[in-house]
Amino acid sequence: MIRERLSGNEAVAVAMRQINPDVVPAYPITPSTEVPQYFSSFMANGSVDTEFIPVESEHSAMSACIGASAAGARVMSATSSQGLSLMYEMLYIASGMRLPIVLTCVNRAVSAPINIHNDHSDSMGVRDCGFIQLYCESNQEAYDNLIMAVKIAEKAMLPVMVCFDGFITSHSVENIELLEDDIVKQFVGKYEPEHYLLNPNEFISMGPLDLQNYFFEHRKQLADAMKDSKRIIEEVSEEYAKISKRKYNLIENYRMDDSKIAMVVLNSTAGTAKEVVDKLRDEGIKVGLVKPRTFRPVPVKELVESLKDMKAIAIMDKADSINGFCGPLYSEITSALYSEGLNIPTVNYIYGLGGRDVKTSDIEDVFRSLLKIAKDGKKSQTTYYLGVRE
Amino acid sequence: MITDNMGAKDLPIGGNILEDGNSELFNTGEWRNKKPVHLDDKCKHCMLCVMPCPDNAIIHDEYDKMLGFDYNKCKGCGVCAKVCPFKAIEMKDE
Ligand code: SF4
Ligand code: SF4
Repeated sequence: MIRERLSGNEAVAVAMRQINPDVVPAYPITPSTEVPQYFSSFMANGSVDTEFIPVESEHSAMSACIGASAAGARVMSATSSQGLSLMYEMLYIASGMRLPIVLTCVNRAVSAPINIHNDHSDSMGVRDCGFIQLYCESNQEAYDNLIMAVKIAEKAMLPVMVCFDGFITSHSVENIELLEDDIVKQFVGKYEPEHYLLNPNEFISMGPLDLQNYFFEHRKQLADAMKDSKRIIEEVSEEYAKISKRKYNLIENYRMDDSKIAMVVLNSTAGTAKEVVDKLRDEGIKVGLVKPRTFRPVPVKELVESLKDMKAIAIMDKADSINGFCGPLYSEITSALYSEGLNIPTVNYIYGLGGRDVKTSDIEDVFRSLLKIAKDGKKSQTTYYLGVRE
Repeated sequence: MITDNMGAKDLPIGGNILEDGNSELFNTGEWRNKKPVHLDDKCKHCMLCVMPCPDNAIIHDEYDKMLGFDYNKCKGCGVCAKVCPFKAIEMKDE
């Protein structure tokens, strides 16, 4: 084990160096630019033997990922915001062709107006593209998830997006524990795809026309693969715990044991909210926090299990669906609860859009209003925009 | 080999086709709404229609004799009728 101090982007680039992928096509975009930048310096130093392809756009970056992955290569890339938007068309092709590409998504707002700071509009905007999505609270989680992502992707034959917060996580330097290079190499092993284009012993066509009689079946395969990926993520995480002593589940329950009030929140804000949970607990108020690590697949069973006895829940969305109702996390988690016959007063907070700072006092306000809802057993409104000026 | 009734569990994943030379199995003739008809009496067997056919649908023998059309493959684009200098191909409604 190596103790280091790294930014989130650096941590991810170090993981990529340790993984030593065959091909990395990338195009720079704030705040993920540093990932390929650090990685290209590893290339220049000769510490990886990756084929680095500096492409002319993100659409081309994902296209090159698809081509290389179909050829049989282990492939990684990184992007953010508009870059991910520009990849949109190719993301569906990557998953539809069942290519295990690992993409770092450093979360950033999507224009307009132009904003380079963090929210989750980019990855939430592509939530139905067939990528597994892993969300990370800290630099450590970004590093760990990226290494696990390689194995998860290859076992599930699905692309994986590793998401963490732009600037907050990507540019902040934190203490981190790295694994030794050879342990990472051993963990990810050699990529041995079952079918690939450069196999001289097999005839294959990939990505052909697939009309009425087969397309539906292929989409069902994709849906089944996403469902089954839960098991794979759990297995890989179990295996990773053995080498790292860090165990990740599909969701993290923080002080949920005797809690009647919960907040569900992704990524770095979970860190801020844990601080508030501790403070309220010190005052004797029983609150807890649930942090989904996967949003694709949706950990329905785990969420229901954690939330079923709550008296009030706040679901935090750092992205808006602009649907006149609520954010994406809210709609999926409440539908999971409803499908299990649970009708718990649940409110939605759209927060922190475009990098608006979310303070512990903001989170505390949310918990305090939940206390009131839990007491009365009813809410007056569903969706709030946390701290916005009307 | 992919068959019509295969389900999601049996089809090769991701739409892969794990065999070669299978474009032959794709019956592009289904798309046709006009059909080329060979007028044997006018044909000089010059073979000018063979090369431009995008579907390799013109049947001819080794001794350079134009024999007709493979209607499983012919899309009815009419290129052959256009290039024939002797008006020996006529496009008819299906
Ligand atoms: S181009 Fe006309 S004349 Fe020449 S082989 Fe074809 S059909 Fe016959
Ligand atoms: S109509 Fe078109 S496809 Fe059919 S034989 Fe003529 S050139 Fe070929």
